[in-house]
Amino acid sequence: MAIVTYRDALNQALREEMQRDDRVFLMGEEVGIYQGAYKVSKGLLQEFGEMRVVDTPITELGFAGVGVGAAMVGLRPVIEFMTWNFALLALDQVVNSAAKMLYMSGGQFNIPIVFRGPNGAALQLSAQHSQAWESWLAHIPGLKVVAPGTPYDAKGLLKSAIRDDNPVMFLEGEMLYNVKGEVPESEYTIPLGKAQVKREGDHVTIISYGKMINVAQQAADLLAKDGIRAEVIDLLTLRPLDSETVAESVRKTNRAVVVEEGWEICGIGAQVVDYVQRDCFDDLDAPVLRVHQVDVPMPYAKNLERAAKPDAQKTVAAVRQVLYLE
Amino acid sequence: MATKVTMEALSPTMEEGRLVKWQKNEGDAIAKGDVLAEVETDKAVMELVARGAGVLRARLAAEGDTRPVGELLAVIAEKDENIDAILKKAPAVPASSASSVSSTVVPQPPASTPPSHPNGGGRARSSPLARRLASSRGLDLGTLQGTGPGGRIIRRDIDAAASTELSGAPTAAAARTAAPVVRAAGDSEDIPLTQIRKTIARRLAESNGPIPTFFLTADFDLTSVRELRAQMIAMGDEFKVSYNDILIKAIATALSQHPEVNAHWLGDSIRRHHRVHLGMAVAVEDGLITPIITDADTKRISEIARESRELAKRARERKLVPEEYTGATCTVSNLGMFGIDEFTAIINPPEVAIFAVGAVGDVPVVVDGTLAIRTRVRITMSCDHRAVDGATGARFMQTLRRLIENPLMLVF
Amino acid sequence: MARTRPPLPAPSDTSSPTKKPENSDDAALRLSLLREMLLMRRFEERAAEAYALGKIGGFCHLYIGQEAVGAGAISALRPDDYVITSYRDHGQALARGLSPRAIMSELFGRVDGVSKGKGGSMHLFDRNLNFLGGHGIVAGHIPLATGVAFAIKYRGGDQVCLCFFGEAAVNNGAFHEALNMAALWQLPVIYLVENNRYGMGTALERASSVNDIAERACSYDMPNEVVDGQDVIAVREATQRAIARARGENTPTLLEVRTYRFMGHSMSDAASGTYRSKEEVDEYMKRDPITLLRAQMEQRGEWSDEKMAAIDAEVRATVEDAWNFADESPEPSLDALTEDVYVDTTSDTGTSASAGER
Repeated sequence: MAIVTYRDALNQALREEMQRDDRVFLMGEEVGIYQGAYKVSKGLLQEFGEMRVVDTPITELGFAGVGVGAAMVGLRPVIEFMTWNFALLALDQVVNSAAKMLYMSGGQFNIPIVFRGPNGAALQLSAQHSQAWESWLAHIPGLKVVAPGTPYDAKGLLKSAIRDDNPVMFLEGEMLYNVKGEVPESEYTIPLGKAQVKREGDHVTIISYGKMINVAQQAADLLAKDGIRAEVIDLLTLRPLDSETVAESVRKTNRAVVVEEGWEICGIGAQVVDYVQRDCFDDLDAPVLRVHQVDVPMPYAKNLERAAKPDAQKTVAAVRQVLYLE
Repeated sequence: MATKVTMEALSPTMEEGRLVKWQKNEGDAIAKGDVLAEVETDKAVMELVARGAGVLRARLAAEGDTRPVGELLAVIAEKDENIDAILKKAPAVPASSASSVSSTVVPQPPASTPPSHPNGGGRARSSPLARRLASSRGLDLGTLQGTGPGGRIIRRDIDAAASTELSGAPTAAAARTAAPVVRAAGDSEDIPLTQIRKTIARRLAESNGPIPTFFLTADFDLTSVRELRAQMIAMGDEFKVSYNDILIKAIATALSQHPEVNAHWLGDSIRRHHRVHLGMAVAVEDGLITPIITDADTKRISEIARESRELAKRARERKLVPEEYTGATCTVSNLGMFGIDEFTAIINPPEVAIFAVGAVGDVPVVVDGTLAIRTRVRITMSCDHRAVDGATGARFMQTLRRLIENPLMLVF
Repeated sequence: MARTRPPLPAPSDTSSPTKKPENSDDAALRLSLLREMLLMRRFEERAAEAYALGKIGGFCHLYIGQEAVGAGAISALRPDDYVITSYRDHGQALARGLSPRAIMSELFGRVDGVSKGKGGSMHLFDRNLNFLGGHGIVAGHIPLATGVAFAIKYRGGDQVCLCFFGEAAVNNGAFHEALNMAALWQLPVIYLVENNRYGMGTALERASSVNDIAERACSYDMPNEVVDGQDVIAVREATQRAIARARGENTPTLLEVRTYRFMGHSMSDAASGTYRSKEEVDEYMKRDPITLLRAQMEQRGEWSDEKMAAIDAEVRATVEDAWNFADESPEPSLDALTEDVYVDTTSDTGTSASAGER
């Protein structure tokens, strides 16, 4: 096992998959000569050349469509959005082309494409650069949505995403790129559509994904000091969402808290709560609570931003509430 | 203008009531029609409703107190209104209890609570898990005090209830179950009388005392009834009836043909009823109650089956309203399910008769000089001799036999 | 790695395209183009009828008046070239060789439709014929065309991608982004603007600051031409020039093909009276592409009324057959509702429909 940053884990995944299958190519802003806006694609241009690591003009809609068109005729594009905030412009291609093509064509054209980039807030990037997109994307049938929170998960899931013959939305995090973790040196993939119990416990289930999984783990550490054993579940894939793993846990602990980026209304947590109330109604001793971003565009000031985001303290408070400890 | 809240006669036979639970606190705003408290009558738990608006200025009884009908329980008045005059006339000072009656609004039930009693009338808030656990452990949610928000019964309340000792922990809003006040080390238990038990005791002692009762017992052959029942069941689930349902129909029909038995003794007259409203004795947790099947003689057997099931269920859930258990013209009691061959039931005054149905079973009988096995049931009729003579009763039993042994007669 | 393609939903009757003669001077070519345009015309007329009878629902955008554009341009392509178009796709689909039966079935929403009844009028696709749809968002498919051309170049192939769209799309951001990248990266794509002068109800002059659409190509340093869209031979020849540029030099072209639609924007739109005057429509109808080709053939002595009548009869019979076939085709089963949302393959399991060299 090597200790690798999340960024390098992604780089490894890209490199390995591009070596493995020459139909895979990377396209996006600054992915080539600049070595990647966040250095995720470092060294790839040198290794694979201009045709396979393509720098684009600032045209998200355009190059997202280019990716879909190329996928229609057999290539396997990895389209990078410098951040998912800019992908809003490209959503027409993601939704109306990529997601729906297979269905509209009666099964003739599947789109084996990956759209990836950093999602959600970083530090003081302000309102337009801090949005979390997972619930918009997870709403659409025809898409798969993945949000890894650790280097191990990032590499394994990106490899699977690239090999998947469907459009996969891959949500990374700027705050995650420097996070270090253990990554096997040998070949491995992580299957899409399966959640993981990252920590076992029997008092409460904390469900999370993406960069928030680290918040959940921190909260679990704090709770452990008070003798509260939290079970932490990392959803890993948001669509299709592995509700069975969640249900199995809640049936055991009888209470759940979701920690998510994104705002309250129709967030991923709302969907998790729906599954839990359906699957575990008779096992719930308390309502399911969610810890999410405050319902405001992200402010710039440091203290306000901190107050807007979910954190370990807020998670601990929610857990204590479902345990009826004040 | 102040409103006096008194103990009301919430059932026709009620003479006193027990205040189970206040729903409003002193200082709360009251609108006309608000539920002030839950009061246990002799039959069920009823809601005491405000008849005026204002502020609840005084609560004069504590949860658990028994007060006679007509006694002052509380006063509703304007915030600043002087109610001294009313209070002076009020009876005894409220019994001291653990319940914190304060003038500040306390929306949650206090942390340590007095023993609470069966709460059948109100709906206990509970988490789904608590409900499931209570059900599987045979706990009545109504007997528990919830420590969750809004009085929600949650898992720890169920867990605490399962243990017989009071928890010593500070937040032990340990739920207390109903009643047992342990005196000695375990040799015996004194169980205070609930209202229902008091009523049963009083009324049926009246029965056995002054009423000259005699008993008529007869065996009835159920061969035809068994066939009828089998045929009905074969027709589908909605026609699934029990022997008791068919017997109720037979007894009701016989009563319609014998108005002298379908009667009430009024002391200076006998009232013969033209409609048959048959009471059906149902065992409930600490006693019995008799919900009524109205016009039982005119109802189809399947309807009787449905109604009797429904009424029995509601009786056990303490959800009957007074109209459902008062006004019977006659009563049937069935202990067959307990394997009782025969028994004598005690008449419910002012009725003049009651029928005790034993177990249905296959027994050896003599038919045409040989031994045969027949399905039989034994029914005992208790008669108030003041209104029903021996021959009258016997003639009734003859009619009943004709109906039971030729159930087609139920249709004609 | 060679891969087998999984069985595709085959329309019950896939007719192969009639072999297109190479030479524009060829009488056979003109005859085949005439037949092609007549087929489009009669098909669209029947589609209009079917819509009015409720057999076609939703949107139905007719190609009547623009036949020369689809017929002329597609006649210049090879079978292994790609075609992608907007929602006004019936004519182009017919020109590309999708069977009338399968197209009509798709319009009727039946299981034998080209997209199994799940796309409808705006979403005709045929993988075997490299017909890449049928797209509903104005200008949304133009970047796709750029992507297809990118893939061709990526693989070192010599196919081209022909992309049709209306003139209103040229004001859209996607058009600009797509053409910029095609020119920047030197991609083998032909952007063919069917300028029928109206974007739904808005005349070109009211939507565009610059009305000579071909001039837009200058923003991308892209070769461009203005073409008389009612002259099928002119369209074919212009397309051939563009194809040569794309195939031989990896250079994209913008063709502004000036045409006119005789019907409304769609079936819910009147042919005239709202934003177009009847006089204007009548004036344009004098330049009916079929009539024009007929005139050319007459000039060359290739015309005869009997031949014309025979062709018309044959074409009508084909369309009638397509109608009957579609009418008898069953609706999709309810299972189809949840099919084809995802494929359950990966590049490892190797049966992806889009895997495989094309």
